[in-house]
Amino acid sequence: MWIYEKKLQYPVKVSTCNPTLAKYLVEQYGGADGELAAALRYLNQRYTIPDKVIGLLTDIGTEEFAHLEMIATMIYKLTKDATPQQLKEAGLGEHYVQHDSALFYNNSAGVPFSATYFQAKGDPIADLYEDIAAEEKARATYQWIIDMSDDPDLNDSLRYLREREIVHSQRFREAVEILKDERDRQKFF
Amino acid sequence: MANTMPIEYYQQLEEIQAIDFVIDELVLYLDTHPTDQNAIQQYNHFALYSKQIKQKFEECYGPLQKGSVNNRQDYWEWSGPWPWQV
Repeated sequence: MWIYEKKLQYPVKVSTCNPTLAKYLVEQYGGADGELAAALRYLNQRYTIPDKVIGLLTDIGTEEFAHLEMIATMIYKLTKDATPQQLKEAGLGEHYVQHDSALFYNNSAGVPFSATYFQAKGDPIADLYEDIAAEEKARATYQWIIDMSDDPDLNDSLRYLREREIVHSQRFREAVEILKDERDRQKFF
Repeated sequence: MANTMPIEYYQQLEEIQAIDFVIDELVLYLDTHPTDQNAIQQYNHFALYSKQIKQKFEECYGPLQKGSVNNRQDYWEWSGPWPWQV
């Protein structure tokens, strides 16, 4: 089971109302390499991965939900005071007529979230390589968003999230080595 | 609900976030290095410390999670504010 903890993993501060930035950020909410896809990918892989990697997938998958909440908080704070006119100017007119200012799981171009964004191959190495790639793609996306952002408070939180992608990628690489060691050792039995 | 919490709320919360970050990092490390006694010792140290500072926080601002004591007899403190509202 999961227990909700009533705090963000890292503080999220927003300098000004900025719906354009929110439009970019939603890529990490409901996009292909976003936090929702990451959480669902890792937690789903747990059931068929070797025992030595289950803990890592559980803990990183759970952390992704904490990141999802940080992204949601950013989008909420960036848009909560925006007028329909401001949303329209930010390219969120179509979003407004469908959802008002509610959050929705789609990417920055408005394409709804899809389970086809990730795989579950049942092959541990194939799955872990996908996980490493996912972290690196999410890291790159955070960098592109930071490059587009002029909000120093928000960039602090985005840099934190970018660094977490690096740590997760490194841990998944260690998991690959653990599984390779185990595979090679079994040859002697 | 925005910015209605006292400055101490943010200070105490940030201390909790910092300690829990140490725990997050140790947990992921231990997931791939499960026999590192030094890391286990560090984990246990920070796990205990996190519990202590959370208890102090919860006495002032209500439960951080289900199962913690609601100190106020007249109000269900879980009702808010929520993390995206402060």
